Amino acid sequence: MNDRSETMHRVTLQGVEVPYARMGSGQPMVLLHGGGGPVTRFPFVDELARRFEIIAPIHPGFAGTPIPEHFDDMQDLVYLHLDLLDALDLHDVVLVGFSMGGWAAAEIAVMNCRRLSKLILVDAVGIKPGGRESRDIADVFAVTLDEFKRLIWHDPAKAPDFAAMDEAQQAIFAGDRVALGLYTWQPYMHNPKLPRRLHRVTVPTLLIWGESDRLVTPEYGAAFRDMIPGATLVTIPEAGHAPYMEQPARFVEHVLSFAG
Amino acid sequence: MKAWFFSEDAYPHLPAEDSYESIRVNLPNRHYDPEVGAELYHRYLDMWLMAEEQGLEIMLNEHHQTATCVVPAVPIMAGILARQTTTARILVLGNPISNIARPVRTAEEMAMVDVISRGRLECGFVRGVPYESAPANVLPYRGTERLWEAHDLIVKAWTDHDGPFNFEGRWFHARQVNIWPRPYQQPHPPVWVTIGSGPSARPVAEHKYVGAVFLAGYPDIRRIFDGYRAAYEQAHGCETPLDRLAYACLLYVSEDAQDATEGANEVLWYMTSNKVAPQWQNPPGYHPPQVAAKVMFGGLSAAGVPLQPTLEQQIARGNVFAGNPDQVFEQIRAFWEYSGGFGHLLVMGQAGFLSEARTNNSLRLFAKEVYPRLKELTAGYDSGRMRELRAALPDRESNPVDSFRVDFVR
Repeated sequence: MNDRSETMHRVTLQGVEVPYARMGSGQPMVLLHGGGGPVTRFPFVDELARRFEIIAPIHPGFAGTPIPEHFDDMQDLVYLHLDLLDALDLHDVVLVGFSMGGWAAAEIAVMNCRRLSKLILVDAVGIKPGGRESRDIADVFAVTLDEFKRLIWHDPAKAPDFAAMDEAQQAIFAGDRVALGLYTWQPYMHNPKLPRRLHRVTVPTLLIWGESDRLVTPEYGAAFRDMIPGATLVTIPEAGHAPYMEQPARFVEHVLSFAG
Repeated sequence: MKAWFFSEDAYPHLPAEDSYESIRVNLPNRHYDPEVGAELYHRYLDMWLMAEEQGLEIMLNEHHQTATCVVPAVPIMAGILARQTTTARILVLGNPISNIARPVRTAEEMAMVDVISRGRLECGFVRGVPYESAPANVLPYRGTERLWEAHDLIVKAWTDHDGPFNFEGRWFHARQVNIWPRPYQQPHPPVWVTIGSGPSARPVAEHKYVGAVFLAGYPDIRRIFDGYRAAYEQAHGCETPLDRLAYACLLYVSEDAQDATEGANEVLWYMTSNKVAPQWQNPPGYHPPQVAAKVMFGGLSAAGVPLQPTLEQQIARGNVFAGNPDQVFEQIRAFWEYSGGFGHLLVMGQAGFLSEARTNNSLRLFAKEVYPRLKELTAGYDSGRMRELRAALPDRESNPVDSFRVDFVR
């Protein structure tokens, strides 16, 4: 969407061709996108690319890529990205995960922090702090598109007009939704084992949350923070589930002051 | 031709349609009055007994969390009718085995019905409509693969008689399978599977199972049946027997023209009352992305049910057969010839508020005046003659205005 010097690369891991964007220079920063697809199309990435070398893989199934035959769930994605860090031989990585990508980032960190220097979780899912009958994470598959916008956006009027997209973009949107379903369906958007494992996160961790996030609320973010040793949580006013879209300047500021 | 009588067992006593979002999945069950529901169950069971009396076969199905079909456990209905009937064959179409956790349980239930009925079960397997995903909490992605894995486990459970076997599939695990009872029919009850256009017909044809099509009408029936026939011929080197294909329609017969129209419009409740919220029509992975996008943004109906049906249009389309016995026979004959032929007619003869009296009158008339002629029609089936007839009837265009073209395999 932006005109910029982002270059797409490809690496084959587990027989899966994984496209990833690489831009900027400096300390490596790996961005794991959420259910909305790649975040490199948003201008905040340009700001970060001034200080970091951005590496942003596309999760299989998103942005029109195929779902690999052997993929069943989040664990497959996590092992793929562990392989990616090895294949690119990255060190001192600032790992940033958005929403579903935040869940993936947390899973990677509890498995192996060796290649990581810092962890940033942005409106991440992955845990279920409440009881079996509390809906800790809004069921995005059980709402209309309008309700979906209200879950995601502080100001739903700013949300993209899905109906105005061309057919190819609509098909990509629909395909992203299939991939999101594959990775998050059950247990819904979380791993019940993750809270017992988060003590293994040994790198400094920042959680960034949109104050108006209704998909996973700031209270959910606070519960997540409390499970990670030494983690801090910052909230951004007038932002929903994607603060990098609604408040990009404040979002970048938080990232830089933590990791820059 | 075999005719199979069915109703979805609707609970039609609902509040005004604009007062709820969706008749399926999230319509609160406070709107269900169990005393009324009990009356309805008994009435529907009586209807099937009546169908047997009239020489028709019985078809049952299953849906969940919906007022359109209050049979969330089809083996229970099948079990009751296995005991209460004596001659009719009992078709379950079907068991939603993509959405169930334990296929071995289905193998047990169906074996039990088969034994109680002394071998009168016909066992269907379906992927299920998109609205079944939320009630089952099952991701519909790879639903067809799940269906066939569950099928493989069920058929092996039915046919292996040498003590426990092991099954550790991608989705289903059972390490000590040894069901009691085993089926009455040998090697197992006849199997049916619903098919749409595209690849769904191939494995059904390869297994020589009955391929059943719901409401595809003139626009789609050739494409779907042709797909089955081609796969059958390729797999088995011979023509598809008529009894391998089934077509499901809505039907109402009356000698009185006004009653025929009124009754048929009541049966049309099945289509007109299918108000389904968009999120239930499009669970992730049910449709391929291009189709899902059209359901989300293009106003396509997700499950082949038209958005604004009218009786005239649905009769023209071949989804509804209605009128006096001559008219109904003629409508079915024309569609049968156009389609290239099929051996089973699945008759939704009751829906919505259609009364017991009207249902029974229509059923009796169908059985006495239409069914014998349909049997005659198929008895005279000749594949060469059918090819000539077919060549004389050009393909009909589908009706794009109606937005009726999303494939579904219910």
